[in-house]
Amino acid sequence: MNALRRNVLKGAAGAGTVAVAVAAGLLKPTQALAGAPRSAFEAKNVGDALKNMGVSAPADSKDITIKAPDIAENGAVVPVEITSGIAGTTSIALIAEKNATPLVADFDLSDGTQGFVSTRIKMGQTALVRAVVTAGGKSYTAAKEVKVTIGGCGG
Amino acid sequence: MKQKKITNLLAGLIGLGMALGAGAAHATPEQDRQELIKYYTTKYPNVKLDDYVYGALAFDPDSKAQYDAIMEFPPYEAVIEKGRKMWETPLKSGKTYADCLPNGGKQIAGNYPMFDEARGKVVTLQDAINDCRVANGEEAYKVSDMKTMGVLTAYMRTLSDGMLMNIKVEGPKAMAAYEEGKKAFFSRKGQLNFACATCHVQNAGVRLRSELISPAIGHAVHWPVFRGGDNLVTLQQRYDGCYKQVRAVPPAQGSAAMNNLEYFHSSLSNGLPMKASVFRK
Amino acid sequence: MAEPMRIRATMAGDVADVKVLMNHPMETGQRKDAKTGQLVPAHYITQVTATINGKNVLTAGLSGGVSKNPYLGFKVKGPKAGDKVVVSWVDNTGDKNTAEATIG
Repeated sequence: MNALRRNVLKGAAGAGTVAVAVAAGLLKPTQALAGAPRSAFEAKNVGDALKNMGVSAPADSKDITIKAPDIAENGAVVPVEITSGIAGTTSIALIAEKNATPLVADFDLSDGTQGFVSTRIKMGQTALVRAVVTAGGKSYTAAKEVKVTIGGCGG
Repeated sequence: MKQKKITNLLAGLIGLGMALGAGAAHATPEQDRQELIKYYTTKYPNVKLDDYVYGALAFDPDSKAQYDAIMEFPPYEAVIEKGRKMWETPLKSGKTYADCLPNGGKQIAGNYPMFDEARGKVVTLQDAINDCRVANGEEAYKVSDMKTMGVLTAYMRTLSDGMLMNIKVEGPKAMAAYEEGKKAFFSRKGQLNFACATCHVQNAGVRLRSELISPAIGHAVHWPVFRGGDNLVTLQQRYDGCYKQVRAVPPAQGSAAMNNLEYFHSSLSNGLPMKASVFRK
Repeated sequence: MAEPMRIRATMAGDVADVKVLMNHPMETGQRKDAKTGQLVPAHYITQVTATINGKNVLTAGLSGGVSKNPYLGFKVKGPKAGDKVVVSWVDNTGDKNTAEATIG
């Protein structure tokens, strides 16, 4: 039991180190292009993720629509579509609040690219899926709960 | 609580047993199918028969929306592509699968399983593929091997997308195989003492814990499925899972018992369009 | 080597609807191998960039929280049918992949 636990912990530390090292190497070219630094993706809670993204106290907005299931068919593939009706949207971040690392993706949109992204994410448990939109240097947010269940049939 | 509810529903089903149960040896497959359709459509007047090809998704718009979003660009496309390459690669004789299967292998999946009079047994699409392999100098694939037979049929069945299921049960031997399959479908088995019908007839459209249960009509048109993204599961692999879920020992995949069950089960979807290969949870 | 990525791009009115499917295991580094009990090393796409006719339209940072074989859809106003879409990704091991498509 203990040996297994140690193994797992060791593995976790190992993987963590590798990820950090790789991220450090990637940081320079990444930073110039994408908004969120890799540290935001490694943050273990929503507060730290937002802080590392440089976002503080985003305002709730009804102009952000999150299309995601009420109950996920399978937590391994949860389709999520975010539409921002806020003029001048320059980035959309996607957060699954209870994931081990909540920041799932961050999209920087150029001129002409609509305030819209569609992707599929992993969710380990029932949680809020949150969108954080940046427009005109300000941050806005909206969230929708997605329930995750463990099922066995699927016929 | 739930368990009790299912038991109650089961008791109610004895009434439905008329054409389907043991005393129904005289019912034709078409009568069986119509009887079941009547049962489901009376219980769920708002679900269109055509939508039964979506299984449990037909009963839940939230699930169906996820299916639609994922089918837009399915994560398993690379697997289908792999199956296409297998399909197109010539066998040892130099011939391809398209050369030795009827109609070049297109628009035929809905005819399987079929009863082979000469051999006196049910032949599944997998059997037909293996016959083709053996006749052309290759070894038969293991029917339960998802990496070979599974991937190949996942592609091959896309060639029959939209074809109407057309299982023929003609003659006394075919009828006997059909009856065997029907018996397997309706007999209780395993430590939980469930029949296939316990879930997929009586409780179709009902939630069993977190699972919304699919109806038996429309079941057979959409296999193999890719669960959770790209995990390939064939119909008989699913049967294997069902047997285990009710804590029964499953017959071997490709055995006469499994093939007869697939024969009966597939005939229930006659007239519905094939929808392979698709995403499921 | 990385398997090919697929891109579908179509015009809907004056908006290009771009859909991308990348082939990648997207291992978070937190999942244990069912057989060995060991953690599967992290292996996921960290960045995706998209250009239309050479002009950057989208840059995405990803984590292992994006599903295996990532799907990405976005919409761009302005392009015309026949314009070239190029999508590239890089993962945490430094592996890269690029694909292009013509807007139909």
